[in-house]
Amino acid sequence: MSLIDWNSYDSKGFYDELLEAPGRPRQAAIELCDVLASFSPQELAERKAAAEIAIQTMGITFTVYSEGSMIDRAWPFDIVPRIIPANEWRRTEAGLKQRVEALNLFIDDLYHDQRIVKDGVLPAEVLEQSVNFRPQCRGIDPPHRVWAHICGSDLVRDRDGTLYVLEDNLRVPSGVSYMLENRNVTKRVLPEVFATGRILPVDDYTSQLYDMLASLSPRPYDEPQIVVLTPGIYNSAYYEHAYLAQQMGVELVQGSDLVVDDHDIVYMRTVEGLTRVDVIYRRIDDMFLDPEAFNPDSMLGVPGLMRAWRNGKVALANAPGAGVADDKVVYAFVPRIIQYYLDQEPLLPNVPSYLCMFEDDRNYVLDHLDELVVKPANESGGYGMLIGPRASAAEREEFAERIKANPRNYMAQPTLALSTAPTLCDGTTEARHVDLRPFILSGPDIQVTMGGLTRVALVKDSLVVNSSQGGGSKDTWIVETDEE
Amino acid sequence: MLSRVAENLYWTARYIERAEDTARLVSVNSHLLLDLPHHTALGWSTLIDIMGCESRFDERYDRRNEKNVLHFLCVERDNPGSILSSLASARENLRTTRDVVSREIWEQINELYLDVREQSDAGLSPRRRDSFLKRVIRGCQTVTGLIEGTLSYTATRCFIELGRNLERADMTTRIIDVRSGNLLPKDPEELRPFENLQWMSVLKSLTGYQMYRQQVRLRVRGPDVLRFLLQDRHFPRAVARSLESLSWELQSLPRHDRALAAVALVRAEVLEADVQSLARSPDDLHAFIDELQIGFNNIHDAIATTYFARFDDVPRAVTAEAEEDEED
Repeated sequence: MSLIDWNSYDSKGFYDELLEAPGRPRQAAIELCDVLASFSPQELAERKAAAEIAIQTMGITFTVYSEGSMIDRAWPFDIVPRIIPANEWRRTEAGLKQRVEALNLFIDDLYHDQRIVKDGVLPAEVLEQSVNFRPQCRGIDPPHRVWAHICGSDLVRDRDGTLYVLEDNLRVPSGVSYMLENRNVTKRVLPEVFATGRILPVDDYTSQLYDMLASLSPRPYDEPQIVVLTPGIYNSAYYEHAYLAQQMGVELVQGSDLVVDDHDIVYMRTVEGLTRVDVIYRRIDDMFLDPEAFNPDSMLGVPGLMRAWRNGKVALANAPGAGVADDKVVYAFVPRIIQYYLDQEPLLPNVPSYLCMFEDDRNYVLDHLDELVVKPANESGGYGMLIGPRASAAEREEFAERIKANPRNYMAQPTLALSTAPTLCDGTTEARHVDLRPFILSGPDIQVTMGGLTRVALVKDSLVVNSSQGGGSKDTWIVETDEE
Repeated sequence: MLSRVAENLYWTARYIERAEDTARLVSVNSHLLLDLPHHTALGWSTLIDIMGCESRFDERYDRRNEKNVLHFLCVERDNPGSILSSLASARENLRTTRDVVSREIWEQINELYLDVREQSDAGLSPRRRDSFLKRVIRGCQTVTGLIEGTLSYTATRCFIELGRNLERADMTTRIIDVRSGNLLPKDPEELRPFENLQWMSVLKSLTGYQMYRQQVRLRVRGPDVLRFLLQDRHFPRAVARSLESLSWELQSLPRHDRALAAVALVRAEVLEADVQSLARSPDDLHAFIDELQIGFNNIHDAIATTYFARFDDVPRAVTAEAEEDEED
């Protein structure tokens, strides 16, 4: 007897990624659902155990802080994949390319003529109050005029099935290593479904990343020396930094490994002596990159790195200052940014957003706090936000004061009814909320990962998918179907 | 290979070897004291001198008795040279570079540290001392075995071997020093009957007794033991052998001239030592070992300056030489 009975699976009215109704898998998910339903309870338990063992032996971890000490936790993973039909994915991919292309034009404009402000499309005060605008970056022309080489955009699906862009991460987006590792684990756990050959592969990401980084080298005629710059083992994404360096076959360096000389050349200290570095995939925030240019107390950075970059002696990915477009207030302008630079209609919708800097919007937000999600402009990891429908009256009251004190820092969105996907819980499947983070590489051309990282809120009814707050992840399958 | 990574590997290996050899040092002293007549024994004080941690010890304890010295050398967290601290340092060094070694090596070091920490928390009674020291020695040798069996012959392994061999040479001389330290009483006549026993303890603490018997085929005599431990080219814990391994490893690295020269100097000193007279005079032996230790420091400095160089200030401009290297 099987434990999984799709007839009794209930997504409680939310859009479900695998089933259109109880007992009715979506076309792209039929094979998977059949295989899962054919498992005996013992077989299902074995598959789950196999995944846990694979994660342990592959050493897939993420780092959390707890009471002042650092712990490597096994990556929380659900064996039931999330499926997106290939035809839908192609439309999404086109939308993401359009979006990132426009964002890069936008960033480049902000650091040059600021035409978008002069033309009255972006209010000057948005720019003036942006904490991620770096005056040090004015007038710089990075290769291909691309600033955000690696972008991770978060997508969510609402009740009616529409896929929205929730935010764009343009500073140091993380998670791609887990996307790749999830696929490796799933291939071990559900090999029979892969045999159908309809699941599109994800594993060329690291070679695409390498090629993109190589294309930025200031010495294009030589084999470029590329490094990954990490803040070190205490960073929550250290596993990913090490993984990407290893997969690309490049050195994983810390700030103290690099040195910049008076000719603005960057070197790394090796046992062979100083070796010139051409491209740095940096996973350190702007403010810590270079104590000469930014935070003078930074121990993580490299003195002189900014002048080396400014003078074109080294490439930085992402470019410093790219985060100016990674701001939840700027986010609200992205549809207009796309129209302005590309003269196109956005292919992917934004979640409707209210900007507290505008009086009408602010009044609406303050009157509807119980219906809205309010976010600070510059926080990540799900911190510092108010989920109106779940907050107490006192919490809402306190938040209202914060908004009034600093309106530019807040934006609000309606609470979305995030879609669900079947997730293994206590030997059966239950609906859990999911989102999706695809990664977009921009160099001479733009490439999008096949799918992305699906994060899942493992806690029943929770909407928070961040791994630091009880989230897990799933493999994401882009599946060819016969549908047009 | 990055300098930082090389340095971490080198220190990981030094700390593991130091933990093992400190366990051996404590063990040889325990056995010596059991063999010596009570009124001649100088006891535990010499260990503190030999490890060069007098002031640190005296700040914390008023008496250099067995209990205090053992605690200080084995499990004292405030003593960076204790077995527990050495293992903690090995683990910390490797933690930041664990991706470059096989997973089993990291796991073994981690496990050994946690195990020793647990045993130290339980206290170090004389009855449990022996099994504690054995656990440490065995655990460290397991690490060495894993390195031998799982790590490719690349720069990674090379820096581990450098650290281990230098530390081993240094610690073997310290272990020999225990013997000279304990013979400092002015009347050597009194100790003559015990002399062989003492040298035997030294050999046994270095697991060298059988190898000695097989190679030397004579009864255990001071000068022969000293020659074996200092100059033998085949016994892995002999000073000359460790230095030879050091040269050999260095030759696979670039820019090794300075470090190789430093090793050659100490090797010559070791091979030319007059073991007959050193074995007769504990004072001379002690002075000779001090001199060797200065040589070991020079080797370390040469390695560190060449391969781990840290530039505390920004270099004006990298020398033409480095630029050329990079274009080749």
